[in-house]
Amino acid sequence: MSSVIVNVKRPDLLTFTMPFVAVFGAMFGFITGNIFGAPSIGLIGGAIVGAVLAGILARMTKINRRVKIWGIAIIFGLAGAVFGGLGGFFGGLLVGVSMGWFATWVGTGKYRAGVPTYYTPGQVLWHNTFLFICAFVFFFLIAPLIPVVWLSFNAENFFTFTPEMLSFKAEGYSLKHYRDFLGTDEWMVPLKNSLIIAPIATIISVSLGTLAAIGLSQSHVPGRQTMMAILISPMIVPLIISATGMFFFYAPLGNWLEVTLGLNQSFVGYVKVILAHAVLGIPFVIITVTATLVGFDKSLTRAAANMGANPVTTFFRVQMPLILPGVISGGLFAFITSFDEVVVVLFVGSARQQTLPWQMYTGLREQISPTILAAATILVAVSILLLLTVELLRRRSERLRGMSPT
Amino acid sequence: MSDTTDGLVLAADGRPLKQSLRRALLRQKIRALMLIAPLLLFVVVTFIVPILSMLFRSVENDIVPVTLPGVVTELAEWDSSTGEPPSEEVFRNLYIDLFKASEAKQHTRLGTRLNYEQTGLSSLFRTTGRSLDDIGEEWQDPLEDIDANFKDGAFWFEMMSGSDGDTFLEQRRDLLAEMIGESMAGDVGFVPSEQVAKMLPWTSRAYADFAIWTAIADNDVVAEEDPWEAVYGALGMDLTSPDTISAIGSYSGPGAEALQAAVANLDHLPQDGFREAFAAENGDWVSPDVWATIKLYSPSVTPGYFLNAIDMELTPDGIEQKPENEQIYTQLFIRTLIMALIITASCIVLGYPVAWLLANLPMRTSSILMILVLLPFWTSLLVRTSAWKVLLQQQGVINEILVWLGFVNDADRLILMNNATGTVIAMTHILLPFMVLPLYSVMKTVPPSYLRAAKSLGATNWTAFWRVYFPQSVPGIGAGSILVFILAIGYYITPEIVGGTSGVFISNRIAYHISSSLNWGLAAALGTILLIVVLGLYWCYDRIVGIDNVKLGG
Repeated sequence: MSSVIVNVKRPDLLTFTMPFVAVFGAMFGFITGNIFGAPSIGLIGGAIVGAVLAGILARMTKINRRVKIWGIAIIFGLAGAVFGGLGGFFGGLLVGVSMGWFATWVGTGKYRAGVPTYYTPGQVLWHNTFLFICAFVFFFLIAPLIPVVWLSFNAENFFTFTPEMLSFKAEGYSLKHYRDFLGTDEWMVPLKNSLIIAPIATIISVSLGTLAAIGLSQSHVPGRQTMMAILISPMIVPLIISATGMFFFYAPLGNWLEVTLGLNQSFVGYVKVILAHAVLGIPFVIITVTATLVGFDKSLTRAAANMGANPVTTFFRVQMPLILPGVISGGLFAFITSFDEVVVVLFVGSARQQTLPWQMYTGLREQISPTILAAATILVAVSILLLLTVELLRRRSERLRGMSPT
Repeated sequence: MSDTTDGLVLAADGRPLKQSLRRALLRQKIRALMLIAPLLLFVVVTFIVPILSMLFRSVENDIVPVTLPGVVTELAEWDSSTGEPPSEEVFRNLYIDLFKASEAKQHTRLGTRLNYEQTGLSSLFRTTGRSLDDIGEEWQDPLEDIDANFKDGAFWFEMMSGSDGDTFLEQRRDLLAEMIGESMAGDVGFVPSEQVAKMLPWTSRAYADFAIWTAIADNDVVAEEDPWEAVYGALGMDLTSPDTISAIGSYSGPGAEALQAAVANLDHLPQDGFREAFAAENGDWVSPDVWATIKLYSPSVTPGYFLNAIDMELTPDGIEQKPENEQIYTQLFIRTLIMALIITASCIVLGYPVAWLLANLPMRTSSILMILVLLPFWTSLLVRTSAWKVLLQQQGVINEILVWLGFVNDADRLILMNNATGTVIAMTHILLPFMVLPLYSVMKTVPPSYLRAAKSLGATNWTAFWRVYFPQSVPGIGAGSILVFILAIGYYITPEIVGGTSGVFISNRIAYHISSSLNWGLAAALGTILLIVVLGLYWCYDRIVGIDNVKLGG
């Protein structure tokens, strides 16, 4: 977006602002009217409210835009509260914010702020429609997670909103699903299993993967493409096929370990799942570490060797600190792959290796309790933390390599 | 440092430089390979080998030749087009093989296997397995009446024991071991007599099987156990052969008297053969169809599973299309492909504008918006699937809102879940980041000045986009589409939870065959076909973007 903006002049009130805000208002009016079974009255009422609002706002040039929006929001909220209590208040607040924002956005000419002045009205319209489409897609990406978080505080054992929740009454909410999650073996044992399997699988894939990535990034590697294809294949082959193959292979392998080596059955079960998860995480480590190594200056290792460091010292003291961000983010990918994996564990593991995703999967199929939603909320929190870590590492790595554009 | 003598450039140590360099290069290559080797080995063992074992499973058919070795050999001579059941010889082998299999509880597995090809065979094998003893007793009772010695386990042991029969015993041991898949190693405590083995071939086989099973599997002493009913039946088989009868006449070893008494009283024994005995148990045994199926699946490698996976079947008359009402897999494959295409298309439609916006906004704004794309990407698949279950179900959030707003009647709520709609919506959401990220990284490389240049040369917005920008973003669309498509056609969890019956993929069918119907061969064949499709797409992906260019998290 270029910043060719200037002081945009306000659009004409009667021929532009008022009709647009009226149409916007009519939309909300139609929806509100529909709730009470009178969409046409709502439509007309909404249009009038919109037009009037646009007119009033145009007069109040002195007041800050933000104040205007919140003022309108509170008025609408109070109006909503008269009809529908606390829930109505929030609904009204939402409509008010949208109306206020839209009215001031159109009224003050801010809608042209992002586009060059020479744009025709049609181009401006398209530009803004495009932004709305993008906003819708972002909404589509994020919004589904909101009800999950919200419903996890449900006081009832339902997957749906209760009237108490919608009117924001305290008795509609509780932490009981979190207590269920934290206090019962049904969830704690799977969590413990996940926390045993994922870190060990991650350590295996990171240690082997980093070494191989360093080997692959050397300048003369025969058959590099083929080896890369083999190492990346666990990511490309659909999970169901990997799981099927592993099911056929790991069952006899497990029997052999148990019978011939006399190992404990539960131990063998863990070994099978850990091996399976480790191999699934390897492509992520390879990809991120090789990407980091692209920016690695090889003369540094030569310099270290020149000063008398042996290859092991060079690796740990020179190379490792520089590629560490890539290694850690590869490790996080591997961790989340294992932590989130359910198909392979369903096929390869036994009930004793039940992991958190497995338990959630069973719960979703049988719809036992909203404790799944509490678990999901906790996982969302964990993934936000992981996301932030990866982002920070990526920025740090780019800064170290002098690639950051900011 | 280097010296030139005879036109050769020498390194510091006096070797020719070329050789020295080659050595250094070789060392470098070896070091690189040493670094890669552990991981390569790990991936090959824990991943490539399992995939290969799946490919192998999709054609493997060992169970028939291994469980019924004698029958399979004998059946080779039978012509299924005659419409006649096979010869008595086949039924004798069937009796010996099946008795052994039912002692080892393998006959039901074989029945289940053959039932995939012809319905009813499972129960045929199961019920017959229960009455094999009765068939044997038809010979056992008269034999014991003729000479009471036949009741005695020790007598049998003495009669069958001898010398030089080790090779014979090992043969039987190998067959048994192959059938149950264990080594069966150990001391049997019994050496068959070669002389008796020649004289009483059937009896020796049955008795050797009995001895091995008793000693190794049951851990009992062979001489103290009464033989299987099959041994009496087998003796009955031997006593119909004139060669055996004349051999018994001149035989003087242990048990000669009892055998000669049996020969003298042949009319006390059942006059019917084993074909009649099996036919009496279940008329299906003399049905040529049943035998045609067994013969068809006698080889240890079969295309049967693959044919099943594409709704064909192997019949005695060649490969045929299955009846209309049994064709499900072709349809399912087509549905999987169509739904994956729809999902890919909706990901392009939704992802393209967003990627464009992210690529063209100032870095600071775009990295904040990028978090909105990455958050779902990092969130557990199960969380997102459960979110869609919460949203889409009949009492779910979307329906509640629509009903509350008055757009939908309470009585006829939208059915968004347990059908193809649910799968498409949920999977589009789940896979959208995989479209946005490659698109974004490609669009990032398209200089915005091109678009401005096109416009300044008089192109309209649309022309500038369509003729200048869009062609440059096509590699991104290609990369994203193939990634999404590959992921979509192999998805299992989401369709299973929100797809109901009409929104499931081929992968759900594979899982069903693995865990519920236990038809592993068919599951492997379906998986192999899916794998071939995916590898084809992967090859395209490699051609379009290259494996090295896969990027994660922007």
